[in-house]
Amino acid sequence: MTTDTTTQDTTPGAPATGETVLDARGVTMRFGGLTAVRNVDLTVNSGEIVGLIGPNGAGKTTFFNCLTGLYIPTEGEVRYKGTVLPPKSFKVTAAGVARTFQNIRLFANMTVLENVLVGRHTRTKEGFWSAVLRLPGFHKAEAASRARAMELLEFVGLADKAEHLARNLPYGEQRKLEIARALASDPGLLLLDEPTAGMNPQETRATEELVFAIRDMGIAILVIEHDMRFIFNLCDRVAVLVQGEKLVEGDSATVQGDERVVAAYLGEPFEGAPGAEEAAEVAAAEAETETPAVETPEAETSEAETSEVAADDTEAEAPEAEADDAETADAPAAAADTTTDTAPGKENDR
Amino acid sequence: MTTQTTAPDAASTPATAPSGLIGIPPQIGRALATGGGILTVISTFLAWTWTSAFPGDLTVYGYPGGLQVLVLIGGALTTLFALASYGVKGLGWLVPAGADGAIKFAALATFATAWYTVIAISTNLGGVVNLEPGGYLVAIGSLAALLGALALPFEHPEADPIDPDDTSWEHFKHRAAHRWTTVKAAFASGTARPVGKLPSYVEILIIVAVLALGLFVFTYGIGTEYDELFIGFLLTAGFGFAALNKSGLIAQASQITARHQNITVCGAFVAAAAFPFTQTDDQYATLGVYILVFATVALGLNIVVGLAGLLDLGYVAFLGVGAYAAAMVSGSPSSPFHVHFPFWAAALVGAAASLVFGVLIGAPTLRLRGDYLAIVTLGFGEIFRITANNLDGTSGPDITNGSNGISSIPNLDILGFDFGAIHNILGFEIGRFANYFFLMLVITAVVVLVFRRSGDSRIGRAWVAIREDETAALAMGINGFRVKLIAFAVGASLAGLAGTVQAHVTYTVTPEQYLFAGPIPPNSAFLLAAVVLGGMGTIGGPLIGASLLFLIPNKLQFLGDYQLFAFGIALILLMRFRPEGLIPNRRRQLEFHEDAEAPTVLTKAGA
Repeated sequence: MTTDTTTQDTTPGAPATGETVLDARGVTMRFGGLTAVRNVDLTVNSGEIVGLIGPNGAGKTTFFNCLTGLYIPTEGEVRYKGTVLPPKSFKVTAAGVARTFQNIRLFANMTVLENVLVGRHTRTKEGFWSAVLRLPGFHKAEAASRARAMELLEFVGLADKAEHLARNLPYGEQRKLEIARALASDPGLLLLDEPTAGMNPQETRATEELVFAIRDMGIAILVIEHDMRFIFNLCDRVAVLVQGEKLVEGDSATVQGDERVVAAYLGEPFEGAPGAEEAAEVAAAEAETETPAVETPEAETSEAETSEVAADDTEAEAPEAEADDAETADAPAAAADTTTDTAPGKENDR
Repeated sequence: MTTQTTAPDAASTPATAPSGLIGIPPQIGRALATGGGILTVISTFLAWTWTSAFPGDLTVYGYPGGLQVLVLIGGALTTLFALASYGVKGLGWLVPAGADGAIKFAALATFATAWYTVIAISTNLGGVVNLEPGGYLVAIGSLAALLGALALPFEHPEADPIDPDDTSWEHFKHRAAHRWTTVKAAFASGTARPVGKLPSYVEILIIVAVLALGLFVFTYGIGTEYDELFIGFLLTAGFGFAALNKSGLIAQASQITARHQNITVCGAFVAAAAFPFTQTDDQYATLGVYILVFATVALGLNIVVGLAGLLDLGYVAFLGVGAYAAAMVSGSPSSPFHVHFPFWAAALVGAAASLVFGVLIGAPTLRLRGDYLAIVTLGFGEIFRITANNLDGTSGPDITNGSNGISSIPNLDILGFDFGAIHNILGFEIGRFANYFFLMLVITAVVVLVFRRSGDSRIGRAWVAIREDETAALAMGINGFRVKLIAFAVGASLAGLAGTVQAHVTYTVTPEQYLFAGPIPPNSAFLLAAVVLGGMGTIGGPLIGASLLFLIPNKLQFLGDYQLFAFGIALILLMRFRPEGLIPNRRRQLEFHEDAEAPTVLTKAGA
């Protein structure tokens, strides 16, 4: 009930949306019998901030991974500025799509500056021989990389900590550093996976400004987030993913007003919603077994983190399920009121 | 419920004034440490035993010999640190991080060496009756110094409160843990104050002095003639190094060397090149060149393991490929190819052969991660050895001459300089192995250059990024497979390069030189141990680790069949107490120092 509906869809001075930067068509991702993402279309235009929301396990991160080449979509294709993205994550980055991670993945034992320099990798060419022989071009390229990296650190406000180890940074600054590192590859599209997770309201506000500043640099942004206030303040357009399918897409007012979204978040099956029955079924099954179905494949690819991820997920999932249950009781009342009030906003308001 | 009485006991300890480990008043303890140190120094000028049957001739008055010299050094260190702790003018520079920790370790070094000597004399010659008064005096003096040092006050750590519901076994564990932290605290010392800006010639002079000291210690260690002296050397050097470390001198020296990196690296090579000139015959130059081969290969492995984080358990195969390739084109009569290449061509052939072999192995295996890669490389290492064994003309085509290997490899001849002959340089006789020592030093320099330069570049950062988090590195646009393959290939060709020299040094190349594990280094297990023990990702680490791993089994022949056992125990202990290696990477050091102490210049080279 804290989410105010006053937030308008666009912010003043948003650049006119132009050409299509990202164009995902019919993206479907199946893991064996499980369909994590089903036939999702999404476009992001230049100068636009697009939000992607949905309950836990809706397939947002899986969809992200399809965009960045960590997964190869079972069906459908993803185009970046008209060309189909290659199925390798390093090639995707080279093409101009940069990303951050939901659970921060910095190079912990490297300095802040080195982290950003690693981000410059695709935009520099010096190979092994150049490094060993120290040809004239080497020093020039290295100096240019450092200058650019320092510029980015200045931009996110970490310039004075350039020589610190990344692991020694406080949480909020690690998030900033991840963004700086992603920006170092000069992307045309930046994918942010829950950039404000675990932040207090002040830090969230700062992140918001940072994202606007990045947009003003001419970089399109696609952001996953649970913090509804953050997302409706920020985004020009919001797409809602539920049970792997895109439920609705539109500006904040449309999405906030859509009853199916409310229903999806509150866990109440809504007649006429696509796949609502299956959704309810799966949700029930999930609540029972506590197994994060959609996350399983992720655990497969990053073996190193299996236990960690699994642990995180079960932790995250458990209170979520409880919260859902608790709120189901309120649901009829909320529906009866037919307000545009989105309860999930409160749930994620940290 | 009887145990409850211990809880207030443990809690009340920190409340009292800081005291030492043993109950001697601190003032008396300090005096005892100083007096004991002086007494020890004096006693080293006396005779310790009546007969020269004990090696080193400890019977002479007024002239310390053998183990006495080591005890003298330890005693002098103890005395100096103790005097510095009294605030004697002109000695303050010795203890920039506080004297007490340093005194304790120096006294420990003296005590260990002195008592080891006394016990060794008694057991070797049959009874304490063989000790002269000097022997008793040194035993008493060093014991007094140690007791005095242990009585010096220190900050007692606070004991965790005891849970009265615990079982007595848990109480026991709890108390043991507390006792252990107390002992650790007793030997702790503060952080060194930073060195002020000195004139650069002074700093360079300090670097020269440090390098000269390093050369002296290394030469002394390599030249120890009997087991007792080598053990005494290890005791003195080990505890003495710890004492210098606690005094803060090591930290200050590394600050200075960090300011003049290039000078330090060049100086280190000059110091290493001076080693053959300190030797009168070729006996220890032989050890020197073997150590250098081993250390160079370990440094090459450090690129693969330390920087890129690829655990390679078959690395010695690349050394073998290089050695075999060089041996085949060396004009050896048992080589199937009757060609004789000049050295530069042979070195290229060796490096190229290893490179090809490295890419052939790397291309299919580098798609694996972690443990799987280790197992597969282990397999390939063995495949190389078995293949070389079988290509003998009966089980396969005659290429490597089977288990007999390629023998009678002729000596090198570069620009008319015959490596087999004895040369006279500056009045010093430089023998065959010393010649090869110089050549190997050049190869080492190449490897160090490659390591330093590639480590501090785009490709080096990519290696470290892959090691830290492969998924994130890929998402940053790093072609993981390609970058890993480069690391693998570079490591392989550097090992091949070292192999070309090794083939000539050893005259013969046989498959049995390139085992996975064996008593004689270099083999894959020892190479990896040298890297881990010395410190991953540093230059100095593998060099020191390799020297120790080569010298210790070589000098302690009496261990015989127990060598590998002792080696295993030593490795376990080291990994328990100093997991970051003898020379930790500066990254790792940074982890423990917050904001203020982070140096402005961070290099991957720990040296």
